[in-house]
Amino acid sequence: MKILVAVKRVVDYNVKVRVKADGSGVDLANVKMAMNPFCEIAVEEAVRLKEKGIASEIVAVSVGPAAAQEQLRTALALGADRAILIESDEELGSLAVAKLLKAVVDKEQSQLVILGKQAIDSDNNQTGQMLGALTGYAQGTFASKVEIAGDQINVTREIDGGLQTVALKLPAIVTTDLRLNEPRYASLPNIMKAKKKPLETLTPDALGVSTASTVKTLKVEAPATRSAGIIVKSVAELVEKLKNEAKVI
Amino acid sequence: MATLVIAEHNNAALGAATFNTVAAAQAIGGDIHLLVAGSNCAAVAEATARVAGVSKVLVADQAAYAHQLPENLAPLVAALGRDYSHLLAAATTNGKDLLPRVAALLDVEQISEIVKVLAPDTFQRPIYAGNALATVQSSAAIKVITVRGTGFDAVAGEGGSASIEAVKGGSDAGLSRFVGEEIARSERPELTGAKIVVSGGRGMQSGDNFQLLYRVADKLGAAVGASRAAVDAGFVPNDMQVGQTGKIVAPQLYIAVGISGAIQHLAGMKDSKVIVAINKDEEAPIFQVADYGLVGDLFEIVPELERQL
Repeated sequence: MKILVAVKRVVDYNVKVRVKADGSGVDLANVKMAMNPFCEIAVEEAVRLKEKGIASEIVAVSVGPAAAQEQLRTALALGADRAILIESDEELGSLAVAKLLKAVVDKEQSQLVILGKQAIDSDNNQTGQMLGALTGYAQGTFASKVEIAGDQINVTREIDGGLQTVALKLPAIVTTDLRLNEPRYASLPNIMKAKKKPLETLTPDALGVSTASTVKTLKVEAPATRSAGIIVKSVAELVEKLKNEAKVI
Repeated sequence: MATLVIAEHNNAALGAATFNTVAAAQAIGGDIHLLVAGSNCAAVAEATARVAGVSKVLVADQAAYAHQLPENLAPLVAALGRDYSHLLAAATTNGKDLLPRVAALLDVEQISEIVKVLAPDTFQRPIYAGNALATVQSSAAIKVITVRGTGFDAVAGEGGSASIEAVKGGSDAGLSRFVGEEIARSERPELTGAKIVVSGGRGMQSGDNFQLLYRVADKLGAAVGASRAAVDAGFVPNDMQVGQTGKIVAPQLYIAVGISGAIQHLAGMKDSKVIVAINKDEEAPIFQVADYGLVGDLFEIVPELERQL
């Protein structure tokens, strides 16, 4: 089985971003970038399926600027076999990304696509579900456990009330939640080997996909900040403040 | 201009998030219709017809919709959605699962987790774990939107008298099948709607120690949440996680116990009215957002708090 894994280059999760003074966006100059944490989990799951002998090939795909090659090299170092970068300097919306991934799915004829459930920059949580619609495949979103049995995949999903398990017909789409696995670190020999693995670059034009957007960002601003309050000395003082000052209990 | 809101329900009762989503629809303006798609869901449809501000309820009652599987539901919602200017769902796991699939079927972009309506085509939504707020304008023919409940005050569940109309759904797409679920049962209020939330983090050290929080919560009528660290460590199940990728809460009072205050956690609770932090590390970032901080050993403080309430 061939697995496609989507990977996004985003601001490192430890970075506290700052809004630009002119309100045009967040300041990404000289900020550490990394693979989206949910995408790391997606890569790890694909690698585990290959280690179990279920997957035969893992193709990592990213849509983004030329610099996203770094994240694809990371995916290769973690165990992906080859990589495809669909290069675009524009910030593309989820629908455009899903259309580009659909073009790659058609080309590669993959049986399973694993994506992160959301990217920690745009916080959209859309691409996997949109890819499900465009391919006509079933979707197992927010996965915390994945089991492949013949031509079907059982996905346990993290839902608001607890956990839900669904059986999906393959080919299918899976989006990862936090508890699916704990991603490994790439070893130095594997990082060296990854440099020699194939990385193909494509463009939206070459794939025949229009990336025009109907959503315009008018303004990006910092949220109202909370200021630190007071340190109370005792439980008695805390209870007194909650009752008489804040009036919340 | 008319809005179709997808009702959140379990075939027996209407989910509270629906009331906040209807409030967002009211802020947009125009007629508001609700879709109840499910199986044996007549009681939900009747309850939905009583929600304030709703003029029509569409009911698609058939077996294929029993578990809200998006492969079956999305084609129905997309077909109905063509008659509306706006299509709304709550940003619950159901809404997040379904709506992007609908948007792609309609070939329109989706706007996720809005917290404010500025105009019928202009919305505010948090990005970067809530560290920035984006104002976005959509020129899409149908605006497909998920709504973050904490941004909108719930409408009344009673007072409306909408008409109920049955709609014909499609058959099972044959792509997916519901196998089972483990739903946590709790006598405490639901996390996202609770007026008071008591949350524990890595500092709780074990799942058993969460009993300390349950006792305080029961005295306050509060819900109990957790940080990602506590869930990852296996102390408590995933449905208790508060944060960027878990549940977003904005109660009157949020008590964070043994939680350091990672960006991802703050994203899920920083809109709470009053925040209390209890932590032994006085440098913990949680104190920077807390209205009242108490530095010390939670294993002494929490039982003392229980006694004094």
